[in-house]
Amino acid sequence: MQIRNQKDFGAGLMYMVIGLFFTYMATQYSMGTPAKMGPGYFPFWLGLVMTALGLVILIKSLGAKAAIEKIPPFNWRVIALITGSAVLYGVLLPIMGFIVAVFVLVFLSASASHEFHWKGTLMNAIFLIVFTYLVFVVGLKLQFPLLPFFLQ
Amino acid sequence: MDLFANLALGFDTAFTLQNLFYCLIGCVLGTLIGVLPGLGPIATIAMLLPATYALPPIAALIMLAGIYYGSQYGGSTTAILLNIPGETSSVVTAIDGYQMARNGRAGVALFTAGMGSFFAGCVATLVLAAFAAPLSQLAFKFGPAEYFSLMVLGLIGAVVLASGSLIKAIGMIVLGLLMGLIGTDVNSGVSRYAFDIPELSDGIGFVAVAMGVFGFAEIMSNLEKKDEDEGFLNKMTTMIPTKQDVKRMIPSILRGTAIGSILGILPGGGAALASFGAYSVEKKTSKYSSEFGHGAIEGVAGPESANNAAAQTSFIPLLTLGIPPNAVMALMVGAMTIHNIQPGPQVMTSNPALFWGLIASMWIGNVMLILLNLPLIGIWVKLLKIPYRFMYPAILVFCCIGVYTVNNTVFDVYVTAAFGLIGYLFLKLGCEPPPLLLGFVLGPMMEENFRRALLLSRGNFSTFVTRPLSLGLLIAAALLVVIVALPAVKKTREEAFVEE
Repeated sequence: MQIRNQKDFGAGLMYMVIGLFFTYMATQYSMGTPAKMGPGYFPFWLGLVMTALGLVILIKSLGAKAAIEKIPPFNWRVIALITGSAVLYGVLLPIMGFIVAVFVLVFLSASASHEFHWKGTLMNAIFLIVFTYLVFVVGLKLQFPLLPFFLQ
Repeated sequence: MDLFANLALGFDTAFTLQNLFYCLIGCVLGTLIGVLPGLGPIATIAMLLPATYALPPIAALIMLAGIYYGSQYGGSTTAILLNIPGETSSVVTAIDGYQMARNGRAGVALFTAGMGSFFAGCVATLVLAAFAAPLSQLAFKFGPAEYFSLMVLGLIGAVVLASGSLIKAIGMIVLGLLMGLIGTDVNSGVSRYAFDIPELSDGIGFVAVAMGVFGFAEIMSNLEKKDEDEGFLNKMTTMIPTKQDVKRMIPSILRGTAIGSILGILPGGGAALASFGAYSVEKKTSKYSSEFGHGAIEGVAGPESANNAAAQTSFIPLLTLGIPPNAVMALMVGAMTIHNIQPGPQVMTSNPALFWGLIASMWIGNVMLILLNLPLIGIWVKLLKIPYRFMYPAILVFCCIGVYTVNNTVFDVYVTAAFGLIGYLFLKLGCEPPPLLLGFVLGPMMEENFRRALLLSRGNFSTFVTRPLSLGLLIAAALLVVIVALPAVKKTREEAFVEE
């Protein structure tokens, strides 16, 4: 069978999985009665609504009238570099401090661009560290671990 | 006379040195992000939300509001000079504005956009002030059943007017509502969908969702695109319009202001919709309809007035009913809750200085914006030369630092990264994220009102249709869906969004 509208097929499937997940989980909580609803009541029905919407989208995507649409390819390199740089920032911030963490974040994320150039990125990193330091630490007086643990 | 007394109080509040300063910051930032393509008001306000912790509530709201309507001014600059709309709301401005610039009338186009925006901003401020009080009075008559129905109407309205597939957008709303339920249930104290992760017991951070879906995901999708041709930068020319120009622009500005003010108040309305609406009205009614697409001044005056008017009047449902009509207003709800202000009709009575100060600040902001934009236009144009490869790491840095400061925990940084991935998947599957954000904000409120309504009716579901106000709101919501599903409307709706 040919899936005519891949985008809608994917979206419908996603909605159904999420809807069923919420409904299933809701059965673990007390349902209550309409007059005195438990924590499970609203998410249970809302999950079913979501599942139904997903099913309709899914069926329509297979129909003969559906527009032919492909899901565009994923650029895994960009995904990995951008997401990875943020996660690494989260890991580094408590251990190595603000300066190192921001520096790594800028360099790693900048390398996702095909126009990456290390000199320009270095300048950008220094500028951003100074600027955010002035805004967040000096200006707004927010608390950050600034230096690596061995220098504190 | 109440109106004037209230406005006087507002100007008193807004005219303090501190509030003027944050109004200016908001307007400058708004113009800046309006000029820069690839950075919109949603991502910017999300980035700045954490930074507003340190500010007094009124200053924070004044600044964030300034970003939204300021971006409407900035967006037109690049649309006219470069044919690159800085914001979705200036997409239609580019059509005729850029052609005017090609004909050597860039200055006049910018002047028209600026004056139109300014006039519309002034009128919208008055509309906001005049409508706020009666609507709040109405809101006090609302019970939980009415609130629930109103939210249904608001959410339906938000998707009906969105582009793309209606049913997919409704799905995004429901997904947002479900995500909003994550965390501790206020009635029973049961922790839902938290999987024993302590950080999730307070729910998913609003800022993290907004930054992930609108900041991170946008960056990833922008990085995939091949370099687009840089538009040809038109030279600035004299800004002084001819007599003929003035004669043609005035009716368009008036019409645009009216359309924008109305579409801003409607659920799901906002700046982008208003500018599309105004453009099609101008095109249909103009004596010079053959000039459209070749530099008709009406095609700049109408939409630019409309988007600025709508940016301001969309505060009406938020401030009076507590219901955000679009994603930017959903962020304003977040900003208000950060400062322990519950949006809704009681803001006006319990916090009049804040309420009227915010409204007055919009007028002041418009004066600042016209000064910032017309004489200083050269500076903004230079900013366009900042390459994206320097800009996006900066956005990431601001997101990562900002989201950390919300709770001083790196957990939120990971949540943001995760929502970046989810948002990227949404974009690939053609699911629009703004309705998700609306649903996310309204989720807990909707459940609460649903429960209370049924508690009061002892479990009788007919309460939603036997109370006249509630029934009216639900009928309106149903009508919206039916109208959009009509084949004729469906067709024009699709055509309207093709122009995007």
